Amino acid sequence: MSNIPAELKYTAEHEWVKIDGQTAVVGITAHAQSELGDIVFVEMPAVGKTVTQNGDFGVVESVKTVSNLYSPLSGTVSAINPLLEKSPELVNKDPYGEGWIIKLKDFNPAEFSALLDAAQYKEKIGE
Amino acid sequence: MAYFPHTENDVQAMLQTIGAKSIDELFAAVPEKLKNSEFPEFKPISEIDLLAEINELRHQQTGQTVSFLGGGRYAHYIPPVVPALAGRSEFYTAYTPYQPEISQGTLTAIYEFQSMICELTGLDIANASLYDGATALAEAVSMAAAATGRLEYVIANPLHPNYQAVLKTYLGPRNITGQKNITPNTAAVIFVLPDFHGLLSNWQEYLAKARENGALFIVCADPLLLSVIEPPTADITVGEAQPLGLPQNYGGPALGYLAAKKDFLRQMPGRIAGRTTDDRGQRPFVLTMQTREQHIRREKATSNICSNQALCALMATIYMSYLGTRGLQTVAKLCKANTDYAKQKLGNIPGFSVDKGEHFRDFVLHCPVSAQKINEALAPNYKIGLPLDDKNLLLSVTEKTTKEQINKLAKELSGWQKN
Amino acid sequence: MAEKLIFAYSQKGRQAHTLPEAPPVNFGLPERKILRLPEVSESDVVRHYTRLSRQNYGVDNGFYPLGSCTMKYNPKINEQIAAFEEFTGLNPSAPERAAAGLLKILYETEQMLCRIFGYARFTLQPAAGAHGEFTGLLIIRAYHLEHDGGKRRKILIPDAAHGTNPASCTLAGLQAVTIKSRPDGGVDIDELRRHLDDTVAGLMLTNPNTLGLFEKNILAIAELVHNAGGLLYYDGANANATMGLARPADMGFDVCHLNLHKTFATPHGGGGPGSGPVGVTEKLMPYLPRPTIDFNGQEYFLNHDRPKSIGKVHSFYGNIGVILKAYAYLRLQGSAGLKRASELAVLNANYVKARLQKAYAIPYPQICQHEFVISVKEWKKQYGVSAADIAKRLMDYGYHPPTIYFPLNVPECLMIEPTETESKETLDAFCEAMLKIAAEVQSNPELVKSAPHSTIVGRLDEARAVKEPDLNYFAGAEN
Repeated sequence: MSNIPAELKYTAEHEWVKIDGQTAVVGITAHAQSELGDIVFVEMPAVGKTVTQNGDFGVVESVKTVSNLYSPLSGTVSAINPLLEKSPELVNKDPYGEGWIIKLKDFNPAEFSALLDAAQYKEKIGE
Repeated sequence: MAYFPHTENDVQAMLQTIGAKSIDELFAAVPEKLKNSEFPEFKPISEIDLLAEINELRHQQTGQTVSFLGGGRYAHYIPPVVPALAGRSEFYTAYTPYQPEISQGTLTAIYEFQSMICELTGLDIANASLYDGATALAEAVSMAAAATGRLEYVIANPLHPNYQAVLKTYLGPRNITGQKNITPNTAAVIFVLPDFHGLLSNWQEYLAKARENGALFIVCADPLLLSVIEPPTADITVGEAQPLGLPQNYGGPALGYLAAKKDFLRQMPGRIAGRTTDDRGQRPFVLTMQTREQHIRREKATSNICSNQALCALMATIYMSYLGTRGLQTVAKLCKANTDYAKQKLGNIPGFSVDKGEHFRDFVLHCPVSAQKINEALAPNYKIGLPLDDKNLLLSVTEKTTKEQINKLAKELSGWQKN
Repeated sequence: MAEKLIFAYSQKGRQAHTLPEAPPVNFGLPERKILRLPEVSESDVVRHYTRLSRQNYGVDNGFYPLGSCTMKYNPKINEQIAAFEEFTGLNPSAPERAAAGLLKILYETEQMLCRIFGYARFTLQPAAGAHGEFTGLLIIRAYHLEHDGGKRRKILIPDAAHGTNPASCTLAGLQAVTIKSRPDGGVDIDELRRHLDDTVAGLMLTNPNTLGLFEKNILAIAELVHNAGGLLYYDGANANATMGLARPADMGFDVCHLNLHKTFATPHGGGGPGSGPVGVTEKLMPYLPRPTIDFNGQEYFLNHDRPKSIGKVHSFYGNIGVILKAYAYLRLQGSAGLKRASELAVLNANYVKARLQKAYAIPYPQICQHEFVISVKEWKKQYGVSAADIAKRLMDYGYHPPTIYFPLNVPECLMIEPTETESKETLDAFCEAMLKIAAEVQSNPELVKSAPHSTIVGRLDEARAVKEPDLNYFAGAEN
């Protein structure tokens, strides 16, 4: 049983998003990192890039596989996690904390309705 | 018919376990219309009869006593240790080393190969090899296009026409094209060492132009030559490593190599072996960076290659180990000495001439009469050299070529001005 | 102990070769200052590479049920024939007369492949399966360019296909479109129909598919694709199940590549060299790479005069040394022998499947062709034992593991392809080992999870290999 914090919103593609004032923090779920295995590289967008809801914004690579990252919301990238370049394993160790991937600003709160809540995501991954 | 260990009893017992009455039942999913369609059969033959046939065919090919043919494949001396060791079937009957615990032999040799190629080219990283020199060059241009986001390449000096043809086939469908001038749209400048005619020239001017225009500098170099000259400061160096202990094989199997600056690691195609640790604290080897590869990236992969020429790379590694630094340099110098001697000897025959400059192994002999006719007359069943056009022959020597052979050729050629 | 690197044996001044001293020469370029190749004796070289060979596992060492790779026995006569100096010593620019014997062999190889697979011609130029795919797709592209202009660019590929298929499409300037398979792994005809429009260049299929099942609807599929103006591409990865039994050209495939290193018993060489000939039906002949090897009734010759050719994909004519081995195999088997090979390959796979099905979950339990797939996803949930763990444990029993984690649509899978060259005794011993491991998973999962225990090295830290790349001895930490 993987950890699915109740306060977050989720995509069907296993990203989570947390609203922190004017900033939306995005990462991948505990379930996703466990399926991927040891993460060795995270390709992140440039700060200032605009992303659209469900559009891909980066790539996460494990030893065995590679997977696109899809943005939960439209917005502008305001920060990328500087720790991931040297320590991509943080995504495995602390997917909802130190392993966050990007932060967005100027996002559209109306898009929230398209996201899954914890219960829906839990059902989606069959747990 | 051979290589089936099954007795009739085995087949029956196995069918019984499966719960099928006949082998035909196992093919029930195949539409009747397809089954056992008529086609011209061919009969099996015994090993003895096959060898007799092959012996007859190969003895038809005995015209090749002395040749000065090169042009991309070369008759270097191959020390017996190379076939003896590469002929160990633990090496040649193994699959790709995807299971490192039982593949350290192949993996260690690949790591050694990569290291030696890095050392020869003066670059940081090398892959585990590619099909041949021509496809290695195409992969390098492809890397440059991906790294720069540009679609043009420029060939600085004469490149083997077959290599040019392979570049067109490989890159044309993705609209990556060859151009004459180096501009800010150029993805890569290709410099060949030596060029198709064996000429050695300085690359500095082209390197500077590539840098000025933000293009990558790709060198297509003979690895033997790199043992005696300072390697160019290229972004990517590729080439054909057949001269490192591989026979000519009528063109293949050959051995493409590709080395690059470490910035291009993620764009580099092909397999790479890396050193890591195991759960016992040892430092073994494993195929690594596999997420670059086609089987994971699928349509987003930088290349579709999913094999290497592992056994050929092993042969080159054994060859380089056996010769060592001085041995490899000696081979290169003997080739150069023989080229110098052949140029001087043949270029001085009245009516014949050779080009100025330093040549390595290959050189062009300008003939007073038809190059084709000379070829036919001197070697009815073979070729002395490769006719480039009506009056020019591409000749080639290696460390195996003797002065007597060159003298004999000079003597035979000297009659031709009068005819 | 794992063998150390050749560089570790190097001692300044040691030498193996017997070359004469070279005279002073001038290259006209700056002279090399430092070159750090090993300086070793001949016996150092021999012992080092002999030890390395003993840390490898080949078909000659034992059973190798690597699904999708067809690791059959590699006959020794093939090696002898390919090593004759008249073949290995031949320069590719030699005139046809000097290569007459070899050209005849290459021509006859092509003829035999044409008969078995139903094609008008083959090119022998591609050096590997992926190289063959690329070549075949370029031929499809060239055909459509001539007949439809540039609008047909989509290649449909089932989701279970090998990842090389879509990568080859991209390289060939075509667009890979993934189509979903039916739950049983077959092509979903309705899904296929939805994609068949006037931008479709073709469909790429492996048959039997990557689950080891024959595509029953192949004739209907071919008709649909052809009616929509597309062509069919046969990925010959699994051709070992079809020889003389169901010819790809009869199934409706316009283009096909084969892997001589799988189906025709040439060794894999630890990852190459291989050979990936491409066969085409008559209408696609003009686009084959140049040169083709032709016969004018008297002589065999290289035909460069091919104005519609896609060009060259290799510096010369392909991996001749590999083709020679396949030629020997084809001649020794004869067409009836090839058919028998396919029959017994299918018999062996079904036998192993029947013996394992009580202990292992087999998601597609019907009769299979040359290979089948096991899934251990329930064990993963229950005991934490993965497909990789089973694979590693098999090494302790002396076997090369099956292919794991392919195809991608079966979770925690092992793909087993025994091939026809294995005896019932070998298969029985392998099945016994598999059954023991199944019992161990339940009685002592830790033993399986920590395997292998008997190999020269233990489990490797693959994440470290990527995160801290050490790819070159001279840049490495130990230098």
